[in-house]
Amino acid sequence: MRDCRPILLLEDDTVDAMTVKRALKELHVLNPLVRVANGEEALVYLKDESKEKPCVILLDLNMPKMNGIEFLKIAKADEKLKRIPAIVLTTSKDDQDRFKSFQLSIAGFVVKPVDYIKFVEAMRIVNMYWTLSELPNSGQESTNEKLQAHITGGR
Amino acid sequence: MSLLKPILLVEDDFVDASTAKQAIHDLKVRNPVIHKTDGEEALEYLRDPNNDKPAVILLDLNMPRISGIELLQIIKSDTELQQIPVVALTVSKYEQDKLDTFDFGVAGYIIKAVDYDAFLRAMDIIIQYWAWNGLVEKERETDNARL
Repeated sequence: MRDCRPILLLEDDTVDAMTVKRALKELHVLNPLVRVANGEEALVYLKDESKEKPCVILLDLNMPKMNGIEFLKIAKADEKLKRIPAIVLTTSKDDQDRFKSFQLSIAGFVVKPVDYIKFVEAMRIVNMYWTLSELPNSGQESTNEKLQAHITGGR
Repeated sequence: MSLLKPILLVEDDFVDASTAKQAIHDLKVRNPVIHKTDGEEALEYLRDPNNDKPAVILLDLNMPRISGIELLQIIKSDTELQQIPVVALTVSKYEQDKLDTFDFGVAGYIIKAVDYDAFLRAMDIIIQYWAWNGLVEKERETDNARL
């Protein structure tokens, strides 16, 4: 990835999470991988000020408690979280899932190949793209936030 | 084979637009490219029900009339258009532009390389990424071998 902030992975399946970890290691991606098992845990992590915000979020869609779409609805409506690019990594080829995810401003929807070699290739391209692309610095204020601060008279 | 949706290129600079089109051509992308020279023209195209909605939009940020960021904001708040991924292709290294575009839901922010080889390499990564997203298609090797 372009910078060394952590990658947040939302994946309930331990084996799938290990496959992602292994692929990233094989590709020499140095960003720490923080794995959570569902959307609820991801929000707890993201809202914890003591934790570094991730440079990107990789998420599965089918998860218990809070699934990927429910998570995106909340994260993409949150001023502090919406700018973090979220990439869906899923086995779902469902057009509805794809459409709903893109409506929620995801930055990618990659269908996971079953074959490990092909999966590493997919992750290689994802990593290259997010190394090429600039990433937003989550610590800074956007024009919107500056405007809000100005209107409310704060700062 | 399914019908391929176009790639919409929104770019006011004639030379930059030609370079982008050349790169997409050189990379053997099968999707047609539609070029609009400013935000208003792009919106007109996007809102015309007779036109195919693009697979992906490549958007310059510095344009007259409606700027790239304004266009992005309009697209992402329009329920008919918001599902289309928008990639910023720009010379702007301004931190505020990065923050604002990501806040409005951009799906990539790529700084345009000046020399063509570097630009082509960047475009290759963009095309491969959106191919993995199932939105862009390149000619297969076997198609070339037959020629």
